[in-house]
Amino acid sequence: MTSQISLAPPSTGGERTPVNGDSAHPRARTRGERFNWPVTIALLVCTLAVLIPLYVTLTMAFKTTAQAVDGNAFSLPAPFSVDGFVQAWTLTDFPRSFAISIGVSVISVVGTIILSAFAAFAISRNWNRRFFRWSFYYLLAAIFLPFPVLALSQVKLTGLLHLDNPIGVAILHITFQLGFSVLLFTAFLRSIPEELEESARLDGASTAQVFWQLIFPLLAPMSATVGIFAFLASWNDFVMPSLITSNPALQTLPVLQQIFQTQFSNNYNVSFASYLMAMAPAIIVYLFTQRWVMSGVTQGAIK
Amino acid sequence: MAVVTPSQVSRKVHKPQRVGATYYAFLLPVLVLFSLAITLPAIMGIFYSFTNSVGFGDYYFIGVINYIALFSDPTILGAYGFTIGFSLVTVAVVNVAAFLLAIGLTSRIRGKVALRALYVLPMVVSGIVIAYVFNFLFSNSLPELASALGIAPLEKSLLANPDLAWVAIVIVTAWQAIPSTILIYIAGILAIPSDVYEAAALDGASGARQLWSITVPLTAGYILINVIIGFKNFLNSYDIIVGLTNGGPGTSTTSIAMSIFNGFTNGDYSYQMANATIFFFIAIAIALLQLRVTRGKASV
Repeated sequence: MTSQISLAPPSTGGERTPVNGDSAHPRARTRGERFNWPVTIALLVCTLAVLIPLYVTLTMAFKTTAQAVDGNAFSLPAPFSVDGFVQAWTLTDFPRSFAISIGVSVISVVGTIILSAFAAFAISRNWNRRFFRWSFYYLLAAIFLPFPVLALSQVKLTGLLHLDNPIGVAILHITFQLGFSVLLFTAFLRSIPEELEESARLDGASTAQVFWQLIFPLLAPMSATVGIFAFLASWNDFVMPSLITSNPALQTLPVLQQIFQTQFSNNYNVSFASYLMAMAPAIIVYLFTQRWVMSGVTQGAIK
Repeated sequence: MAVVTPSQVSRKVHKPQRVGATYYAFLLPVLVLFSLAITLPAIMGIFYSFTNSVGFGDYYFIGVINYIALFSDPTILGAYGFTIGFSLVTVAVVNVAAFLLAIGLTSRIRGKVALRALYVLPMVVSGIVIAYVFNFLFSNSLPELASALGIAPLEKSLLANPDLAWVAIVIVTAWQAIPSTILIYIAGILAIPSDVYEAAALDGASGARQLWSITVPLTAGYILINVIIGFKNFLNSYDIIVGLTNGGPGTSTTSIAMSIFNGFTNGDYSYQMANATIFFFIAIAIALLQLRVTRGKASV
């Protein structure tokens, strides 16, 4: 199956029209320093689609209840009020739910990085063995299995094992990240020359020592990508905690937004303050890690 | 265990290699976890779909009765119809928008880094939370705007209209899915060698002509990947729908995932297991298609 997509350049026949300045020339570098202003302006206008919902969230959260119900989502807060945050903080018991969300995410991130680095190391160094090769494909299957298919049985199993709580959610988050993460780590490990390990072994290092002292530090950039994706998936997940965790008091932040939806009622400043507190951590993490987020998407899809 | 001594290193030379037990110890936890959390539930699901279990207590085998019932259940058929139709529309919207944005974001623009960062941002926002934000916009702000401008059909909430509520779901799903699609297209566009464009420019091809005759065909593999990944993700839609319509009005926007998840609360556990099993085979079919496609361009 190697012939589906031809990447050979097609013949580009010539309509003899002059090359136009605002072409969709993708390989643009800054040579010449001439910016394509029409495209820049069009892109700036389109950012409104991204910004408006975020702007509304931010301004609504800082309004008073009276101003928030007037329905004008686009007005600035007048007067500026943190009342929404104060009420949301106590209503949803924010410190507790924040701690649970952080706990689930941290377990998920650490577990995903360590377990998938372990597995990827074992697989990439024994690729010539059928057992390891097949294990790789077995793990990869998780990328393709949708959660809805497994959900009811997982709910049943976690209930039986007394894991119908945030720990169980974190474990499931890890398993759903394994395929993608092992894929990224294995691809990266293949690019590390085995000679490095050979020399460490000649110095008497065991396989475990080679891993911890040599391989794991080399994996750091890939661990960052894997970790960020594990964090975002875990922090933002709604489906799994809502189905797995039986005690509403132990729910993560996204699920709380649903639980409190009726109690927020028309106190829109309270609900938007609560939404903002739930989305802010992921946005802050993103602002510092854009590079890894962007490269991770491409590698995950194309490798 | 499995300390590899220097003398053992030379084993590489000999034909029958021994694998250090450490390697097995590294792989085993993942395999066990995966089997318990993924494989076992998948098998359980298929098993229970042939029973009349309600999720607990006694049950017995009833053969394919659940499956037969599924195919004549208007709610289930409605969920499949809605989900597949919605996914097709969303795939088209997302890919056209993302492709155009990716072309813009790879051209000679001012503030390229900041613009890319901004366009990718929606990817990191929780689906249900942003759905609640849009819910407010669709049910409060949009009707107000519409009545100010005198657009009668939009004066009532979009979400309360059984014929149009799906449009709102497409908009929010697209809002969240466009970023990753853009990133894959950017990778595809940047992989085109620049001399192809230079040759086309020498031949006098216009910008539009270059886009249609070079960029689109040379990113065909990426388009295919984005379409498949997108379609697969949209088939699973759940949290955005919960935040916008919760499946309503009536059951007009109930997705397949939503109908499966209701299996516990509604007591039709084994019935929804049969539903999940069918969904499972659809997912496998799409996965095989995806593998074929990615393997076709694995060398890129």
